[in-house]
This record gives sequence, C-alpha cells and structure tokens, in this order.
Amino acid sequence: MDKKALSKLFITLGSAALVSVASLLPTSVFADESGLVNVYSARKEALIKPMLERFTEQTGITVNLVTGKADALLKRLEVEGSASPADLFVTVDAGRLHRAKEAGVLQVSGSDQLNQAIPASLRDAEGYWYGMTQRARTIFYVKGKVNPDELSTYEDLADPKWKGRICVRSSNNIYNQSLVASMVDAIGESKTEAWAKGLVKNFAKPPSGGDTDQLKAAAAGVCDLAIANTYYFGRLLNSDDESKQALASKLVAFWPNQNDRGVHMNVSGVGVTKHARNIDNAVKLMEFMTSAESQTWYAEINNEYPVVEGVKIPANLASMGEFSADDIVLSKLGENNRAAVQLMDRAGWK
Amino acid sequence: MSVAALTKTKQKLSWLSVSSVMVAFLLMLPILVIVGFVFSGSADVFKHLFETVLADYVGNSLLLMLGVGIGVLVMGIPTAWLTSVCDFPGRKVFAWALLLPLAVPAYIIAYTYTGLLDFAGPVQTFIREATGLGYGEYWFFEIRSLTGAMLMLALVLYPYVYLLSRSAFLEQSASTLEVSRTLGYNQWQGLFRLALPLARPAIIAGLTLALMETLADYGTVQYFGVSTFTTGIFRTFYGFGDSAAAAQLAAFLLGFVALLVLVEKYSRRKARYHSSAEYKAKAKLIELKGVKALIAFLICLGPVLFGFLIPAAVLGYWSLTKANLSDGAFAQLAWNSFYLAALAALIAVGFALILAYAGRLNPSKVVRAAVGTAGMGYALPGTIVAVGVIIPFAWLDHQIIAAARSLFGLDLGLILSGTLVALLFAYTVRFLAVSLGAVQSGLGKIKPSLDGAARTLGRTPLQVLKQVHVPLMKSSVLTALLIVFVDVLKELPATLILRPFNFNTLAVRAFELASDERLVDAAPASLLIVVVGLLPVILLSRSISKGRAGS
Repeated sequence: MDKKALSKLFITLGSAALVSVASLLPTSVFADESGLVNVYSARKEALIKPMLERFTEQTGITVNLVTGKADALLKRLEVEGSASPADLFVTVDAGRLHRAKEAGVLQVSGSDQLNQAIPASLRDAEGYWYGMTQRARTIFYVKGKVNPDELSTYEDLADPKWKGRICVRSSNNIYNQSLVASMVDAIGESKTEAWAKGLVKNFAKPPSGGDTDQLKAAAAGVCDLAIANTYYFGRLLNSDDESKQALASKLVAFWPNQNDRGVHMNVSGVGVTKHARNIDNAVKLMEFMTSAESQTWYAEINNEYPVVEGVKIPANLASMGEFSADDIVLSKLGENNRAAVQLMDRAGWK
Repeated sequence: MSVAALTKTKQKLSWLSVSSVMVAFLLMLPILVIVGFVFSGSADVFKHLFETVLADYVGNSLLLMLGVGIGVLVMGIPTAWLTSVCDFPGRKVFAWALLLPLAVPAYIIAYTYTGLLDFAGPVQTFIREATGLGYGEYWFFEIRSLTGAMLMLALVLYPYVYLLSRSAFLEQSASTLEVSRTLGYNQWQGLFRLALPLARPAIIAGLTLALMETLADYGTVQYFGVSTFTTGIFRTFYGFGDSAAAAQLAAFLLGFVALLVLVEKYSRRKARYHSSAEYKAKAKLIELKGVKALIAFLICLGPVLFGFLIPAAVLGYWSLTKANLSDGAFAQLAWNSFYLAALAALIAVGFALILAYAGRLNPSKVVRAAVGTAGMGYALPGTIVAVGVIIPFAWLDHQIIAAARSLFGLDLGLILSGTLVALLFAYTVRFLAVSLGAVQSGLGKIKPSLDGAARTLGRTPLQVLKQVHVPLMKSSVLTALLIVFVDVLKELPATLILRPFNFNTLAVRAFELASDERLVDAAPASLLIVVVGLLPVILLSRSISKGRAGS
C-alpha cells in the first residue's frame, strides 16, 4: 500500500471518526427532558447494566452510564463540581462511599421507602448513601486438611499454628483494607498491627492475584486457608464449568467471630451527587435497586446478599450456610481506611 | 532573495517556533498540574511511605527497568538486524510477524500466561498428574514474580526496539556496508563497529520508549503483586484517597525520567547521525544457510511465539470454548477503539511533526526545551495523566459555562472534560513521545544541507517539509502513526476515567471482565484488541519494507 492510498484511508477514517465524535458532543445528558438519570458507577458494566435496562423498561427513564474506578470517578465528580452531569454515584465498598461523602460530592437524599427497606447499619446515618448489596469476607478452608474446630476468629489467623498455610491477596485491595479497618474498630490499632504482622508470617506465598486466585491456590494445595469474598466462591460453586465446580467442592466457607462481632461485611452502595439535576429519577432508581426484583437478581447473578430483609435468599447463597454478621457502622470502614493501609505497610503486607 | 522575502521567511520561521512552543505548553499543561501538587498537600503520607515501603518500590522499579531493558535489547536488535540485512527462510514473514506482540496489551499477556502457568493452571496440573508430585515437591517457574513481570513486559515492548532499529538498519545505505568491507571488517565487525553505532539513536529511542512504558505500567505489576513506584502511586491514590500525595509521587517519577533523558542526551552530545548517501542502492542481503539459517529462524521465532502466538492461541481457545459471548456489541466496541486510535495517531503525529521540525529549523534554547519536555507524559501512568487533563479542562469548562450564562443565559454543560476532546487530548499527552521519537530519528538522518538546498531554491519551510522531508521520512512517519495507533488501542486507565456516558472500548470491556476475575470472559474483547491492531501493523510494516526497496 503506498503513501497516497494510506493517507486516503486515514482521511476517510478520520472523517468517519470525526462524525462519530461530533455525534457524541451535543451531550444529551442534560435534564430538560424529564426522563433521564446519569450514573457514575464503580460497579462494572456487566453487573449493573442489565438492571438499568430493566429500570428503563419499567419506567421509561433513560439511564446514561459511565463505569470506572471509584477513586477516579470521585476525582472526576470533584473537579466537575457544579457542572457535573452525574446524578448517582455507585461504588462497591463502603469506604469509598464515606470518602465521597467527606469530599462533599454527595447530598442527603432518599425516601421513606428506602429508609424502611434498608437496615440502619447498611446506610449512612444522615442519608448521604444507601447500601445496595452485601458481601461477606470470610475464611475458606480445604476439606480434610483443616478441622473446622481449629478455626475460630480472624484474630486467630495470626496464630503460629497457621504458619505457611494462609493465602490472601495484596493489601492494595480495598476489601482487605476494609477488613483491617473493621478490626481497627474492634480491637484497636496497635493490636491490629500486631495481628497483621502475625498474619504476614503465616502467608503461604507472597500476595498476588485476586480473591479467586487465592481460592484456586487453596484448592490446588498451595495453602490450607484462603480469605476471600463470598461471591467469588459462589461463582465457582455455581459455574457451568465442571473444573470450577470441582475446585469449589474442595473448599468450605467458615464463618469466623460467631461468638462476638460476627463476619466482616461490606456493601456496594449508591448516593445522589451534590449537583444532581435529576434527583427524583435518581431516587426512583435507588428504590428500584432495592426492589425485590433487583435484590434477587444480584443474589442470583453475582451471589451477593440482599440488603433488604425478607428477600428470599436463593439456593446458591443459602448453601453456604447462615451466619451472624458484623453490624459495625460502615462509615467506620472509611474513617479507619488510612490507618489500616499504614499499618499493613508497617506489617510488610505487600 | 529580496529583503522583504527574507523577513517573510523569518516570520514564518518564528511562526513555527511559536506554535511548537504552544504545542509543547499545551501538552505540558497536565504535567505542570501534577508537578504543581508538589507544592501543596501534606508531607505526612510521604513520611510514612519513606519509612515503610518506598525503598522497596524504588528498588523494584529499577530492577524491572533493568530486566525489561536487557530483554527488549536482546529480543529487538538481533531480530531487526537479521530481518533487514540477512536472508534466511521465513525472513519476509518475520519482518512483519515480529511486530505482532505490539498489538498485545501487557496486562492481557500477563493474565494469559498466569492462566496457563500458575499453580492451578493446565501446565502445572499436567505435571502433577503425570508425576504424582504435590505442591512444593517440584520446581516450576513462578510467573507472578518480578522476573515474570520483566518477561511479560519485555515480550510486548521489544517491538519498539525492533521497529525503530530495523528502520535504522534499512535506512543505512548499501554504501555503509561497502565502507565496512573496504575497512576490512567482516560481517560481525561491520555489525558492531558500523551498523550498531549508526543505529544507536534509533535503538536508544526504542529502548527509552520501552522503559518509559515499563515505568508507567500498572496492570501487570499489580496483578503479579510486584510493588513498584507506580503501584505505590496508586496505593496512595486509592488506599489513602489522597490524589495530591499520589500526584507528588508521580512528579518524582517525572523527575527521574527527565534525568534519564538528560543523561542519554548528554552521552550523545555533539554526535550527529546523518545518512551520507544521496542515492540509496539496495544493499545485498547476507545469505544464511544450514545451521546459521536455522539459528536465525529460531531467534526470530522465539519472540513471535511467546509474545504473540501462544497468548493469542490461549485467548482464541478461551473465546471459542468457554467465554460468555452474550453481552456482545463487539462491532461497536471495535469501531470506538479503532476511530479513537486513528484520530489520536493523526493528532499526535501532527504535533510531533511541528515539534521535530521546529527543533530542526530553529534549535534555540526555548524550542529545544519545548521539544525535550513535550513527550514526558509517556512515563506517567494513564490515570495520572487523566487527572492532570481533567483538572485544567474542568476549570476551563467552568469559565466557559459562567461566560455563556452571563452573556447568553445558556446552560452549556461540560464541553471539554466530559467528552472525547479530553480523551483525545490525554492520549496525545501520553503518547506524543512515541510519535516524536520516531519522527525525530527519521528527520535526524536527513542531512541539513538538503534543507539548505531546498531553501536556496526558494522553498518555504513548509514546502521543504512537504516536498523534501515527508517523502524521505515516509517510513518514520508511518512508524509513528502505527505505534500511536496501537498504543491508544491498548490504552486503558485514561479511557476509563475520561470517557463520556455510554461509551466503551475493547480495552475497557476486557479490563472490566478481567478485573472482576472473569479472565475467560475477557478473552473475546482481548482477542479483538489484538485483531484490530493487527491490520495496521501488517499494512504499515509492508509499506516500510516497500519504502526501502523503492527509494
């Protein structure tokens, strides 16, 4: 292909591209039309879009969606300020919701319906944000290698008897940060640091990969215990893939701290942005997220626990057993996050 | 030449310098924003990092650079030399096939090899089943390690060195080789004493790109649990929620890169590398036979096999057998990726031409500084560039909104920061270095006396560019277009932050699924990134080869 043909190609493509760009420019994200709501979501597209489409079907309200990492979206909200088109901010952990509230990008919102449906521990006391789904971060043990009687609490994982037997991912991960933040709340910072040091000594391998990788490693014999969120295990358990089912069948969920505070829980959640222009539609969407239909959908599709009481827990989740959950005020997770990261650094948790 | 004409020329000259400085300033803006954070924020986070993990981060980053540096040179130079100077079976195919790993994003190759080689993967499972051994009872390479990260990055970054040094080898005229024979050098001496030193600017340019990309990498090292300076930046941003401290760390990264670039410039000092031949005869290829040909074949096969064929095969296998293809819309994703990449490539190369040309015509200190700094964004992680872009853009948007409201009573909304404008700008900031490097090394090889001759014949600088330089540097410009295109295609973090509503690319789709620990479902989108990247890679590399044969 010679240069002329190539530059022709580029010009053609370039003009086509410009047309595409132009078609996106006059953003239809502004709200003179009433049937609109704009969402910034840290929840991945695959785990929110189908629900949003159902919402549009039922209400006729159009939903515009951008997904991304929570802190980056938060930064975007901050600098966009009063001009931000976003109406709702969705995250997958309570720490970030708290951070958003602190940054002043959320506003008090809600409705009686939301306040009645969602338990007080799973929403912001002042109404800046609401939990949407719950997940437990718990301990999985390998059948035959660990007697469940040996297990008791998160605190116990620092005991030397577990030396070289535990798999957990990096402390860069927010779920680990939140778990440690909850322990800072429960037993204080210095005890938590001593615990983290003990835990690090018990690692079977340097932290790498995600939660699923820890579960896989445990099933493959690298370690005897893995710390992971329940839905990652649920996905393996309910997979169509036989090798994944086989993997999950080697593991059992253990619910720690049942005699005191309970299993560490986190939420995915949502709040109305400070400069939202479509507040009514935003609240309608939040109510839809906590409807029985959406709650069941999250439980079935992503193995997450409902925030709304009385929603029937599907068989896939129920099979993991019942447990009592830590009802720590979730904003504490956000408040303690920094201390948690710092103490994990000091403990050498990579 | 009349006085009037002379003044006119001078004006045009300064017009070019001024626009080059403006381009550089525009591109530096996000970087200045980041550097500006150094003077704000608290030292608290810094103190903590310094006391705990910083030494580790810096050490790992340096080791990673060293490993990747050696890797890309070892894979890039011999293959470039073999495919441009020697003849052996498969040479023509390898000439373009060696570029293929460029189309594979580093984080994708990391996911793929992990799926294949980690403890729970098929290879080790097979070993255990075949031997009956358990974990810890046999040795196997740990892919998730610093060494693993070096290998993954080197496998997808060596094409920079290959591409640039190959076009340098190709542009070395036949007479260079004849000179080497006249001097009594054999082929190897010719390679080490003439060909390599002459190709040095291109090799260094390729190496610099690879190293900057290495520094900016987050996806791979994060997945492998290797703590580098960049993971430190993100830990600060995401863990502490402190974007100011993260920006401070990024500013230090920039300082380091600036130092690197300066050292390299200093080491070259006054050396100039111009092609001496007015007429480029087609050099006769050195024919390799027997064992030599086999060795050459294997040397070229290795990078293609491990950097492209194996990962692409694994992705293809996952896509066909296991992945969930239901939430498709792949055509739309592919088109979005494609036109963004094409537009960004044109913009970046346009800017690079302005800068490189101004630097050549009017190498005043200001212009040189502008050219030297404009490409710095390449060493910054995309997320940080995006933050640097969105802050000034949002500010400007607010001014425009306020003006529109007071003048016309209109509510305009965000014109720049929530649209593709910001995204394209961020790509340009991030990838200008790539196009600039390629364009400069091409331009540098054209003797200044050619400019002089053309100017004497009454051509304006613009005409000199168009009629003399562009034809002569066709392959360099194409190379620049190609690399930016493929880089943007793979780009993720800036796209993730800056893109408008309801707009996704292949990279975003692949990342979302992969980071949700659904590697297999991410395979189709990953494979499509590779496929969309292939077409221009093949077209352009052909055109580069032709450019050589035809001139």
